[in-house]
Amino acid sequence: MSDPADISPAGHISGAPGRIEPSEPGELPTPPMRLQFGPSHPATHGTVRIMLELEGEKILNADVQVGYLHRGFEKECESGYYYQNIPYTDRLNYSSPILCNIGYCMAVEKLAGIAITERCRYVRVIAGELSRIADHLLCIGASCLELAAMTPFLYLLEARELVWDLLDALCGSRVTTNYIRIGGVAADLPDGFADFCRRKLDGAMKLLHDAEKLLTGNPIFRERMEGTGTLSAAELIAYGVTGPVLRAAGVPLDLRRVEPYLVYDRLDFDVPVGEHGDNFDRYLVRVEEIRQSRRMALQCLDQIQPGPVDVDDPRFRWPGKNRVFNRMEELIDQFMLVVEENGLMPAGEAYFAIEGGNGEFGFYLVSDGTGKPYKCRVRGPSLCNMHPLARMIIGRQLADIIPTFDMINMIGGECDR
Amino acid sequence: MEDRNDSPPDREPAPPLMEKVLAALGELVIEYHRERGDDRIHVARENIAAAAQILRDSPGLSFDMLIDVTAIDYCGQPDGFRFQAPIMDQNRPIARRVSHSRHRVAMPERGPLPRFAVVYHLLSTALIHRLRIKCRVPEEDPAIPTVTGIWPGANWLERETYDLYGIRFSGHPDLRRIFLYDEFVGHPLRKDYGKQEEQPIQEYVGPGGHLPRRPYIGRTGQD
Repeated sequence: MSDPADISPAGHISGAPGRIEPSEPGELPTPPMRLQFGPSHPATHGTVRIMLELEGEKILNADVQVGYLHRGFEKECESGYYYQNIPYTDRLNYSSPILCNIGYCMAVEKLAGIAITERCRYVRVIAGELSRIADHLLCIGASCLELAAMTPFLYLLEARELVWDLLDALCGSRVTTNYIRIGGVAADLPDGFADFCRRKLDGAMKLLHDAEKLLTGNPIFRERMEGTGTLSAAELIAYGVTGPVLRAAGVPLDLRRVEPYLVYDRLDFDVPVGEHGDNFDRYLVRVEEIRQSRRMALQCLDQIQPGPVDVDDPRFRWPGKNRVFNRMEELIDQFMLVVEENGLMPAGEAYFAIEGGNGEFGFYLVSDGTGKPYKCRVRGPSLCNMHPLARMIIGRQLADIIPTFDMINMIGGECDR
Repeated sequence: MEDRNDSPPDREPAPPLMEKVLAALGELVIEYHRERGDDRIHVARENIAAAAQILRDSPGLSFDMLIDVTAIDYCGQPDGFRFQAPIMDQNRPIARRVSHSRHRVAMPERGPLPRFAVVYHLLSTALIHRLRIKCRVPEEDPAIPTVTGIWPGANWLERETYDLYGIRFSGHPDLRRIFLYDEFVGHPLRKDYGKQEEQPIQEYVGPGGHLPRRPYIGRTGQD
């Protein structure tokens, strides 16, 4: 067993997956150079540090070090009631917070055995797909910016603004939404949301189309993206990689399709897959997923029926303020939720996973029968997706780190928890 | 909530996954459960590598993806805990009250079992089924064989479990802390690590054991 104290002083790179040997010394032998990439590099926007060993621009060895954004999410969750942890999940994947909310709340619902209402399912799918669009737009936009393409970045961020207007109408906030509740959502769809949504999404798709015209055929963009960061599907599976990175390698693993939850089994959508598994395929898969998410959101707006959004269960439903102030029963319900640990969560454990923006986003909850989770484990996709980054870049050029890192789309909040 | 493991009605209902797992693993399974639609087996910690190898390579199982590795600090309690709360019993008196402080983690009572449980979540990407494995690990010798050789993705997940719970994975190629810094004392997700405990951040010691170069700003007597 290797002890952390036993690691050689120079061995910050010792554990990397496979060092390659430098080439034969020529007339001017140069020793390999060690370079620290990040954690405050503008391109490492999830605060990650990569210790590199370089020969010229060729990467001989790399050690990816995460953890600069560790905030103790799981420890914090153990001391809060179930409903109090929902805002923390916003901060896991801060570019698609509603998906994190959905994952957490559905895990709690699985643990408690709550069946949510039909309308709530549709509202969650609409909100989640809008959030996924915003996530992918930011991922592609940031990648363009770091590959020195400023214009598509502005187009895509403007498209994200339009999606954020929708989320603003839905949740009242744009970034940390805190929208999903256990057994329901914070608020029903506002009046006239369907037309508003169609109009805004059309605008966003037009901007996406413009940006795509600037990117997909662009020779500079393609040279940076094509053939870089390649890894075979079998190896990605062995590393536990999920989401667009895995689908770009040709594996059609999408939890919305293979383990349908909410109403995804009633929607008509395609799962885009790539064939080469390189960064360009990951980009293409994300662009197509934005279109599919729009399709799903519009289908939900057509199918949704009026009805209650919150489950009729006083253990978890938050009564409206007007009823709390005017009726005794609702006042008691709210009191029980806020002050009294009513201890009605059954003991046991549950794991529930949804398809997040970057892959399988699961929560593993253990309950000891009290009102607080005994353990709240988040399985974010970013940690597993970042793991094979060293494999993807060793033997490549230094400049290949940027598109590879961007297309993995590591989010520090969920990776470092 | 619906049970997601139910097979669609137009397909022949497959035999339950647990039967296949039991047939493949045989004596290695100590106990098995199906709880809220999740299949779970318990394995002795020295058998985990053998069981993982069989689960990955059996054609009817083919658990080729390791979704997650984590641990639970049960403090020796059984999996179901002592306090079995019935679901939604309006007449049940409130048995005990704990402090309302947001900053206190209630320390559960010690039970007779080994203190920790290491939990593995598996997924088969071809057959789309899931399995959870639990191994109890005692407090005196918190060690368990690694599964890095079977799923390379276990490397970072086991490092995380080591970092936050102090469970050593014997045979791991690179068992370092992953989130916290090397000088950190203790393992914060253990229940006996208080939530408000503070540790001063240690001075960074660079590779080679000497302090790294610092900028001259704020230094006195240097110029």
